[in-house]
Order: sequence, then structure tokens, then C-alpha cells
Amino acid sequence: MPGNVLARRSPAAAWLAENGAVAALVVLVVALSLLSSDFLSLTNLLNVGVQAAVTAILAFGSTFVIVTGGIDLSVGSVAALSAITLAWTATDAGVAWPVAVVVSLAVGVMAGLVNASLIAYGKLPPFIATLAMLGIARGLALVISQGSPIAMPEAVSALGGNLGRYLPIPVIVMVVMGVIAAVILNRTYTGRAMYAIGGNEEAARLSGIKVDRQLLITYGLSGAFAAVAGIVLASRLASAQPQAAAGYELDAIAAVVIGGASLSGGKGKALGTFVGALILAVLRNGLNLLSVSAFWQQVVIGAVIALAVLVDTLRRRGTY
Amino acid sequence: MSEPILRAEGLRKGFPGVQALDGVDLSLCPGEVHVLLGENGAGKSTLIKMLSGAYRPDEGRVLMDGRQVDIRTAGDAQRLGISTIYQEFNLVPELSVAENLSLGRPPRRFGLIDKGAMVRQARELLARVEVDVDPRTPVARLGIARMQMVEIAKALALNARVLIMDEPTAVLTTSEVDKLFVLVRQLRDEGVAVAFITHHLEEIAAIGDRVTVLRDGRSVAEVPADTAQDELVRLMVGRPIDQQFPRRPAELGEPLLKVTGLSRRGAFDDVSFEVRAGEVVGISGLVGAGRTEVARAVFGADRYDSGEVTVRGRRLPPHDVHAAMEAGLGLVPEDRKGQGLVLTADIGENLGLVTLRDATRAGFVDRKGQRTAATKVADQLAIRMTGLNQEVRTLSGGNQQKVVIGKWLVADAHVLILDEPTRGIDVGAKVEIYQLVNELTDSGRAVLMISSDLPEILGMSDRILVMARGRLVGELAAGEATQDDVMALAVTEVEGSRAR
Repeated sequence: MPGNVLARRSPAAAWLAENGAVAALVVLVVALSLLSSDFLSLTNLLNVGVQAAVTAILAFGSTFVIVTGGIDLSVGSVAALSAITLAWTATDAGVAWPVAVVVSLAVGVMAGLVNASLIAYGKLPPFIATLAMLGIARGLALVISQGSPIAMPEAVSALGGNLGRYLPIPVIVMVVMGVIAAVILNRTYTGRAMYAIGGNEEAARLSGIKVDRQLLITYGLSGAFAAVAGIVLASRLASAQPQAAAGYELDAIAAVVIGGASLSGGKGKALGTFVGALILAVLRNGLNLLSVSAFWQQVVIGAVIALAVLVDTLRRRGTY
Repeated sequence: MSEPILRAEGLRKGFPGVQALDGVDLSLCPGEVHVLLGENGAGKSTLIKMLSGAYRPDEGRVLMDGRQVDIRTAGDAQRLGISTIYQEFNLVPELSVAENLSLGRPPRRFGLIDKGAMVRQARELLARVEVDVDPRTPVARLGIARMQMVEIAKALALNARVLIMDEPTAVLTTSEVDKLFVLVRQLRDEGVAVAFITHHLEEIAAIGDRVTVLRDGRSVAEVPADTAQDELVRLMVGRPIDQQFPRRPAELGEPLLKVTGLSRRGAFDDVSFEVRAGEVVGISGLVGAGRTEVARAVFGADRYDSGEVTVRGRRLPPHDVHAAMEAGLGLVPEDRKGQGLVLTADIGENLGLVTLRDATRAGFVDRKGQRTAATKVADQLAIRMTGLNQEVRTLSGGNQQKVVIGKWLVADAHVLILDEPTRGIDVGAKVEIYQLVNELTDSGRAVLMISSDLPEILGMSDRILVMARGRLVGELAAGEATQDDVMALAVTEVEGSRAR
């Protein structure tokens, strides 16, 4: 074939062109380290990691869903409900904390399964099914907690602390969940089926993939990841709050999309999502360091989301 | 001949990795039907996209009435009087025919849409294309042939002087094609320049005046439409093709697929047949006769009310694709892009789709094994690609079809249902697919082939089943049957209860 443009570039350049989000993150980090002397300190970077953790974990779960061409608006609410469930069963109900953790994860998975059932069997659009769950899960969290925060069991709150002197456990959990997400997406049957379903559901069905069953697993995973995110968030605050993580689903979706996934399905990677979540966290952190008002921060972040996807879209259009 | 309305000179267009057009000249004169001929990937699509404003040339120029024009958008093309009818229609299914015909510029009165005028205008346009349809009907309720007529009416509404038709006959039955030709001739006689793309060589002499042959992105010849078919094929592929339908009958064995009394209300009624090892059974019939519906039901993609399907002695549960696959059945659906391929994924991934479950141990996919199997099949099918990680959407139609068939080869399917296996693919790739069918039957596989292409059905089947209105109305031995025999059966009115 004459003149394959991508092939002629150096491998590193080609990789960056394919992973635009990484390039954007590098630019952002360089710019911020020039603008603020505090930015590159170890304490601050770990702080960024902690700030990114909850969004990233939610976003890994959302990546599964978005790869199948769906959307999960309920993850923020499900995170809160799972955390409240954990705190309530461990304190008010007096159950041993490991059991409470399992129950909490199960609640997350259940929420996901309900979403998937409405989508796969009830034929509801994912947007509607998960919008309903957004309300239901948040409402249940308020009902269980009667609207007030519940203290987390101490053994679990340790998750919000550090391992050794420096290493924040939320960062470790984020990395572990990221690796799990990457392995699921790349190496497992369910992961590969997600890409096929998102790319062309009918072709997947006609190739023998049981689409309904795979959607159950997909949304169940999203719910499980949301539960983990909720537990991490509550651990950091040492208490589960019914209003926690409100609106986080939008950050999660933003992270996935900045990371290069397509909302129409079939595209998306765990690494991209990780970078997307880091970009959001770095941006917030940097804007704080630069004393940009919280009001303007929202404007900037909104603009960055639009810009990231715009650049990606233009790049793709140029290729074909 | 009169002065051309449209002239294209030295058009060139490159995409990353491929030079799609590499010097194309074309002149379209008023009152002529100009056939564009070429294999898939020869540059026909790129050329018409350029004339309709979807792409811009890297080099070369386009002249209208001798003046150079710059077609940047679809709107530019419209203003210049160039209308294009793509294979995928540009109609809004939910809107009525009248609304579609006046889309973007509806007649207005006092700032509101004047529905009365809209319907009146639509009636006039529909009368010009001689199609009998109420303008208030939603487009979704029309069959494909009528949708196409609406598309043509839409072009007339825009006062098109140049009408580009991309494979308009690919989805039509013989009688519908005849009607289309009458209309095209009428437009031609009114002075419209028609550019006509087709893969059916026999249509060229019937409808065309001149032919421009494209090969590898270049215009290689401009010849009269009555040029011999062999010569056209030689120009198109750059080499002679020995035989269009190289069917090599194989030794028949046990029946592998048995269908008994299959019925679904409103779709098909009491369909029974069998396909034996080594056999190619063709199903012919008009579009809408229920052929695809039967195929999908047999494969478990859709439900059926009664009857049974047995594959290799195993009775299949209804509506269970997975069980059908396990039993050794494979389906290559008629809509390649809509149902056959995952366009966002690469070739390797698509080839491994069917075997994904078998290649999974404890939840983990053996991706290396999958790639090895895919490489083998890609080689066997001679898929022209840069590698397994090339995205399938960048492949030509013929190579895409090979991928869809290939995933069933990877899965080692014993009975393959091919629904319109060569629709919209070029002569060279067609012959390769026919050869593959031969190889399959030689190795004791069975093939059930649905096709609207009569020469293909006659040339490649061992036995031909004809369907009409949801029923099997006849069976012909391929050796003796003629196109007329098949058509006579296909238009049979089924007596008594029509499947409904």
C-alpha cells in the first residue's frame, strides 16, 4: 500500500497520536509544574491520586457499560447506597464488618442487575433505566440512613488511610481496580463480548453471544465498581453519607470519554479511562493551586471535556 | 454527442494508507446513461462522494457546463443540480413521503408549513416517476423499490440535471428493475445525465449508453455500452476471468439440515426441505417472499410457531442461536454491515467472534489461539489486508464478506446459510466466494444459499427451491432450470390461505 502515514511515524509518536489523552495529561502536568512550584511535590501528587481514586473506580465500571454502547447514570447513587448499607449493617444491625462489606458489594451488584434487567428484558433505553436507578438508589440511601451520616466501622475506614508512611490506600485500590478492569476488558470472554455488543449488537447475537446475559454481567460489574468507590469515599470521610457522590456519574462518564471511548459503543480502554480520571483530578488540583475560583473551575473543566472529545473526533475524521 | 454537463479531470484523492483515486476522468452528457464500472475498491464510491460534496479532491478539477466548480458540501452539489441516490437511502422513515420530498424546503404559508401544498407537490412528483403511493404514507411502510422511487422523485424535486445512482438495482427484483429502467430512460430522454453504478454486467447494455471503467483508482477505459461482457470484465479486473459460476458438484452424503413444516404467522407457512452433505441448495424468490425470514428462523435468530429444525440428527430448540451454532449451523446474514460485522473491531476480532466462547477457559480468552486460527482462515480466504489488526470497516465489500464467512470457517460450521452472499461485491471477489462454496461442499459441508441474483442461483446451486408469499412453491434441478422457470414459480399466487 502506498504511503501508510501511521507506519512511517516513530512508534512513540504513533502511540501518542492513538492515545491523545496521554499527550494531554503530559502537557497539563508540564504546564502546571511550570505555573506552580507546589504541583510536582510528592505530597501533592499523592493528593491528586486520592482525589482521582473515587472517580476513577466509578469510571472503570462505567467503561464496561459504555463499551457495550450503554450508559450508567446510577453509579453515584449506587456508591452512596452501598456505603450506607455497609455502615448501617455494621453499626445499627451489628453485623461483623467483613459480612457488611460483602452485603454492600452485593447491593451494588443488585442495583446493576436491576438496571440490566430493565434494559435487556424490559427493553428500556439504558439512559432511562439507570436514570430511574439514580433516583431509587439515592432514595433508598436516604431511607436507610434517615438522612444522616452513619459512622463507618473502623476496620473499613482504614481504607481511607495510608499504607506505610506515604502511600494512600485509595490510590492502591484505584490501581488494583484499574488492573482488574483492564484484564476483564482485554482477556475475558465477557470483556470481548462487550466490545462486540457495543460495536454491533445484532452481529454479536448472530455470532452466538448471549447478549442479555452479557449485559447483566456488564451492569453488575458497574454496580460492583460503584460499591467499591462508595466504600473508598466513605472510608476517607470515616462516615457514609446519603448525599455522597452525587453527580459523580457525570465525572465518571467524562473520564471515560476523555479517555477515548465512544459513547456509541465498541471503543474504550481501562488505561484511557484512568488517564481521563487523572486529567480531571490534575485539572481540579492545579486550578486550586493557582487559586482559580471554584466557580470558574467548573467552566474550565466543562470546556476541557468538550475540547478533549472535539480533538478526538477531528483526529478520527482526518483518518478516514 | 452534445457537450458534457459535467466533466471531471484528473481527480486524485488519497487517504492514509491508500490512494483511493489516482487520476480519474469522466464526462457526463445530457441525455445519456453513463455506467460506472469497477470492482469494489476501484474508486467508484470515492468518485461519487466527490461529485456530491462529501469529499474534496486532492488534485484535479470538476467542470459544470465548462466552468470550473468547487463542490464543498452536499448543498453545493444540490445547487449545481447534482443529485446522488446512495445505496443507503437518505429518507427519514418516520416521516411521510410528502414530508420527505420537501425535506428542508417545505412550502410555507404565513410562516407555517402548508400541508396541502406539500401533498399536492408530492403527488405531482410521484406521478412523474409513475409510482402509485399516497404521499401521506410514512416512508417506513414502503418497500425498498418504492423507497427508491421516492428518492428519485426527491432528486426531480431538486431539478437534478445530473443524477448519480449507486447500485440502484442491487436490492430490486427483476420486475422492479424493469420499472426502474423505464423511469431512467424517461429521465434520460428529458435531458438528464445519469451516472449509473452496477455490478450486473447484463444491465449495462440494457440501460447504458457509455461505460467508464475504473480500476485501482484510475479510469482505464471509456467504451460503448454494447461492448462484450468478457471484454468489460477484462477491463475491470485487468485479466480475463475464466468462468463466472465455477460450480463443481460434490458427492452427496447424509442430510445435514432438515426443516419440517416450519411456520410463522404472517411470515412463512409449512416450509419443509433438507440439505445434504456436499450439496448447495439455492432458495430463490421475490424480495419479501419470506426467504430471509426462514433462514433466520432456522438459525434460531427469530422465533417460529410450529415445525422443527434438525441439524446433523439433532433437533434444535427454537429461537436459540447458541444451540444452532453448537449443532454446526452458521449464518452469513444479508446485511453485511448491519448484522454480519462489528465495524468498530479489527479483522482478527471479527474472525474470532463465533469461537470466542470455545476459546475461553475459566473466563479467560485464549487470544493467541484465536489469532492463530484467524490467520489461517484469512490466508485461506486470501483476505486482502495489512494485517489482522486492520479495522474491518476499511476493507472493501468483497473482503468484508470474506470476513463474515471466515468466522464460520474458524468455527468449522457444517451447514452454512448464505443470505445474498455476493450482494454488492465485485466480480473477482464473487468468483472467490463461489470457489469457497465448492471447497466447502467438497469437504462434506452443506450450503443453503439465498440469492436474488438469478444467474447466481442457477449457476451455483445443485437444487433450487422457489418461495412465494411465505411458501415453498417449487423445486427445480439446477441443471435443467432456466431463469424463466424460476421466475414463473416466484410470481405464483399461492392458492387458498395466503400466509398472513
